[in-house]
Order: sequence, then C-alpha cells, then structure tokens
Amino acid sequence: MTETAILPEPPTLVIRPPRKWVPINFSELWSYRELLYFFVWRDVKIRYKQTGLGVAWAVIQPLFTMLIFSVIFGGFAKIPSDGLPYPLFTLAALLPWQLFSEGMTRSTTSMVSNANIMTKVYFPRLIMPIAGILSPLVDFLVAMIILILMMAYYGFVPTVNVIFLPAFVLLALATSLGVGLWLSALNVQYRDFQYTVPFLIQLWMFASPVVYSTSLVPAQYQLLYGLNPMAGVIEGFRWVLLGTAPPSGVIGLSVIVVLFLLVSGAFYFKKMEQYFADIV
Amino acid sequence: MTDDIAIRVNRLGKKYKISHNTAAYKTLGETITNAVKNPIRRLKGEGLSRSTEEFWALKDISFEVEQGEVLGIIGRNGAGKSTLLKILSRITTPTEGTVEVHGRVGSLLEVGTGFHPELSGRENIYLSGSILGMKRTEIDAKFDEIVKFAEMEKFLDTPVKRYSSGMYVRLGFAVAAHLEPEILIVDEVLAVGDAKFQQKCLGKMSDVAKEGRTVLFVSHNMKAVSSLCQTGLLLNNGSVYARGTASAMVAKYNEMCSGDVVSCRPIFDYARRENQPASITRVRVADQSGTATLIHSILHPILIDVEFVVLKPISHLDVWLGILSLDGSLLFQTCHRDQESYGAGAAPFRAVVDPGRYRARVELPAPLLNEGSYELHLSLQAGTLQFDARRGIIFTIEDENTFASSVLGVRRDGYFCMPIPWKMELVEEEWVD
Repeated sequence: MTETAILPEPPTLVIRPPRKWVPINFSELWSYRELLYFFVWRDVKIRYKQTGLGVAWAVIQPLFTMLIFSVIFGGFAKIPSDGLPYPLFTLAALLPWQLFSEGMTRSTTSMVSNANIMTKVYFPRLIMPIAGILSPLVDFLVAMIILILMMAYYGFVPTVNVIFLPAFVLLALATSLGVGLWLSALNVQYRDFQYTVPFLIQLWMFASPVVYSTSLVPAQYQLLYGLNPMAGVIEGFRWVLLGTAPPSGVIGLSVIVVLFLLVSGAFYFKKMEQYFADIV
Repeated sequence: MTDDIAIRVNRLGKKYKISHNTAAYKTLGETITNAVKNPIRRLKGEGLSRSTEEFWALKDISFEVEQGEVLGIIGRNGAGKSTLLKILSRITTPTEGTVEVHGRVGSLLEVGTGFHPELSGRENIYLSGSILGMKRTEIDAKFDEIVKFAEMEKFLDTPVKRYSSGMYVRLGFAVAAHLEPEILIVDEVLAVGDAKFQQKCLGKMSDVAKEGRTVLFVSHNMKAVSSLCQTGLLLNNGSVYARGTASAMVAKYNEMCSGDVVSCRPIFDYARRENQPASITRVRVADQSGTATLIHSILHPILIDVEFVVLKPISHLDVWLGILSLDGSLLFQTCHRDQESYGAGAAPFRAVVDPGRYRARVELPAPLLNEGSYELHLSLQAGTLQFDARRGIIFTIEDENTFASSVLGVRRDGYFCMPIPWKMELVEEEWVD
C-alpha cells in the first residue's frame, strides 16, 4: 500500500481558456458561504464605523424621505393613497425600494471596488454582487422597526398575509441582484455604468408605485406596468402590511421578469468573469 | 504514476492585448468614438495595430509538479512568473492550454490580502483569513497562534490604518502563514518586512515545506529559493528555459544574468536581442567631462548613455533607468519622459518611435547617491511590455572626504545624500512653560 492510497482523493480542477457559457457551480458557491458572510459583515461594519451617526442613518433616511414625500405628494399634490394615511402608504413602499436601490448600487460597484482583492486571490466572483445586495438588509431590518411603530401609531395590524412578506423581500433582493449582475460586469469594462446608477434609480423610482398607487395606472397599461418587478414588490408590501388589494395583476409578470434578469445576468457575469482580473 | 501529480500544466499560453491607452478599462464614449474613428484611421492608412499590440506573456509552457514537491519558480523580470502564478491561482484565465490541479489551492500573492484599514487587527484576521480560504472554525482555532506569530497582542483592537508598515506586514504574513491548503502558491511575499521578521517567515516557510505539502514559490531571492526548494523551474521570455534541482536552476539563473555582466569596463556592448523589436546595444557610463569611468565622485554628476535600435515603429517606447543597491533593492527609477510627464508636456506624449538607432542620455545629478556601489538597470519598454533589459553594470561613488562626512562631521548613512533645504527659526525667546 502506498501512502497516497490512504488519503482521500483530492478534488481535481481543470483550468482552461475562457468559454462562452460557463455554468454556475452552486456547490462551490455554497462552500464559500462563510466568505459571503464576511463580506457582508465587513460592508455593514465599515458603513457604521465610518459614519458619525452610525445605525441612525438606517432610520433617518427613510424617515426624512417619508416626511418630504408626505408633504409634497400627499399634502400639496394630494395624490390618492388608497385610503391610507399617506406617510404610512409611502413608508411601506420606501423600505423595499431602498433595499432594492441600495443593493443595486452596491452590487454594481462591488467588482471594481474590490479589484485589489480580485487580482490577488480566487473565490467565486459571484460572491461580490451577492454580498452587495445582502448588506442593505441590516438597514432594512432596522427601518422595519420604524414602520412597525408607525403602524401602531395609526392603529394598523398586519393581515395574516404577512407570512408572504419574506417572499416580497426575496423578490426585491432578486431584482437588485439581477440588475446588479448585469451592471457589475459591465462596470468592470465601462466605468460609465456606476455613474448611470443614481440616474437609473431616480427614473425607476418614479416608474414604481412609491409615491402613488398602482390603481392610478390606467387598466390597459397595468400589464405593461407589471414589467417593473418593483411594482409587484411594493404593492405586495402594502397588501400584506396595510391590507390593500393584492398585486395579483402584476405579480406573475414581475416574477417572470426577475427570473429573466437573474438568469441572463448570471450568464453574462459568468462569461465576463473570466476576463475581470485582466481588465479591472 | 499519475496519482502523484499535484499540478500538470499542459501547453499553457497567455496573451495580453496591450492597448496604449492610459487605462485598461474603457469608457463607453471611447469605444464609440474609436468605432467611428477607426474606419477613418484605416482610410488614412494608419493600422489598428498601433493602438493595440498583442503580447504573449506565456507561451507553450508545460511542466508537472509532484505532490509534496517544493518548487522554486525563477526568472528575470518579465519572464512570465507572475502571469503563471495568476493562472495557477485562478485569478486569470489562460489563452490556451490547460492546467490540471489536484488538491485545494491557497495562494499568497500579497501580504495582507483583503485587509481593510478601518477594521481592527482582530477583525482583519478573520476577514483576510476567510478571503484566503480558511474556515471560520479554523481561524478561531489558530487565532492565538496568529497573534503570537505577528507579535502584536497589544494592538489587536487598533484599526489597521494606524499600524506601522512593519506591523501591517507582520500581521498579514501571520494570517497567510497559517493557511493549510494542499497546494500553496507563494509570490515573493517574503521580500518585505525587516530582516529579523524575514528570517522568521523563511523559517515558517521551510516548516510548511517539510510538512509534505506542495509549494510553488516565486522569488528573486536566490538564497531563499536554494534553501527552501528542492526543485526549480527557470522561465525566460514566457517559456520554460530549464527545469531541474533548485541549486542547478539557481546556478543557471546566475549564469544567465552574468551573461549581461562585463565587469570593470565603463562601456558595455550588447548583441541585439533576437525577435525583439527594440534592443539595447550599448551602455556607457562617464563622468562630467565625458570620460568613461565606473568610479565617480560624490560631488559630480554621472552621464549614462544608452544606445538602442528599434526595428519597427513602437508607440510609447520608454527608456527606463533604475538604480539598485548591491543587495538588489531598487532605489529609484527614472524614465526618459520624466520631464515631460511632470512638465507642461511640450513634447507629444504618445509619440511613435520609428525604426532606427537611438542614443538616450541621462545625467544623474550630484550629490544624490551616497558613497558606495550601485548597479544600473536599464530597460526598453512600452507601458509594462518589456523589450529588453540589461543590468549588472556596477559603478562606485567615492566621497573624497568632502560632502557626506565633512559637513556634519559624521558619516551620513543611507543610499542618498542630497542636501535638502531646511528652515529653522527662533519662535520665542526665553520661553517658559
């Protein structure tokens, strides 16, 4: 018996030239879950360390946005809010919206801002944009406390449908990941994309029912409106928390769009990943 | 027996496209304007080849590494060592060929990979350890050992940005040294830190090597290679030049480098490099009056003439001069476009150097280098693409007991001795606390 016979067969890996289509290695991704955790942990930690107010920002941002929207859109413009108090109506939308927009921003810049690590060590690059969408979850959870307090103040009790809330959170995360995969890969090659993100977010917000209700959208355009997955997410939040009409009209289409974004984004990312270290 | 192979490299090649833009990444605008401009350029008869050149950093490399082998990879600058390491550690992909890897790979291409300046030493141990491929439980178990090795129990909760560079390096190496993959790829991380810590690192490395793990070690430090490694791989111009025992490879490497050295003569003539579009043909070291000599006074400038030939138009061709100390540390570099890049940019920045014979002259000002001996390193390159490099010319600076010592009455230490302006004034007379 040779010594090698006792050892377990070491894993074999073949390094080869870039291919057009690279499948995602889910088991490898899973084995790197601790690294994902550490990246998220790092981002959250640094964010709170570098700011004077720290965690308070997670509350200040949605709270002030809610105040301004309530005054301008609810007060001056008198935009109907499905019979709900306008602050509550818009805050229930702002939380998933900020989860999405913050995640999209961070995942877009994730590859470029971690270039120094990427050129020194291997790990599945997908970890980076995924960490980018997960780190805003901490802010989101903190801001949820404000929403709960607001609901208590206005005397709202969530419906039993609240069990679907995680599904809508997941849909928001999946949307930001789908967009983030595309933009992070594009951003490695063309730095323009990180500058287009703030602009994109602004446009996208007005294309989503953050300050108004989907019911304002004419019936014949409802299906088209459902192409924006954030419409489904936001109406879903209002449905499970505030008891508005379920987003049944748009949700199916939203899910399909998100799946398409995710799958195409993942393919594009995996293809470009092979060149990242050379061009970043 | 194939079972004993840890790494099998099969006809590996890596091609880079050198674009003569300042940055590798593009902006959309550039891509669009290029697309518009290119047809026009073509009409004007300017080839596209000028803006992007292809360059094989590695070509047709094949070799095998056995399990438990400690292999030293050596070669001159630009031989392809770093590219090879990057492919083996999966940071970049090859252009052709394959590599079979049997076992878990850990790569250390940098000290302090993933360190974040805002985080404390403790936090960075976890972050960096995890990025390098350690499990959390593994880091927990080795934490005390890492801290002890780095000798920094007191500063664990201090943000790394407040560390001295020595502390940073110690902590970075300590984390890396506790990585336990089956195959370890190490790039010259030992070339940092103070001498005492370097010894400690070398000791740790040889422990790792003795544990029966496969180690690939890239270094310019021949002493380290011959003491750590059993076998060696000598690369030259992107191909395998020789493969054998570490001591034989170190000897071959020295032979290869000493081919460049013609000692004690102030004029060096070189044969043109084959297959290179530009090569250095002569280097001449002279004093202020133009007399060729290798012995110089600390007070007088040194003239260095570099003659080279260019066989085809090369855009952005730069002549670089580096001054090394005798232990091989690079003290500084200068490029023939230094004035241009600092100044108003009167000469065209992206000038194409046309075929022909050229002479570049640089005048090293005095007093600059302290008394002692120094080595010249001359190279021709376009961006990072190197066409030719010559070193091994050693010259000596003598201080006729005038400058370095006499001004202060004590001998100045260090490599440089230029007088630097100071200002001192009396702020307040008879100051009392």
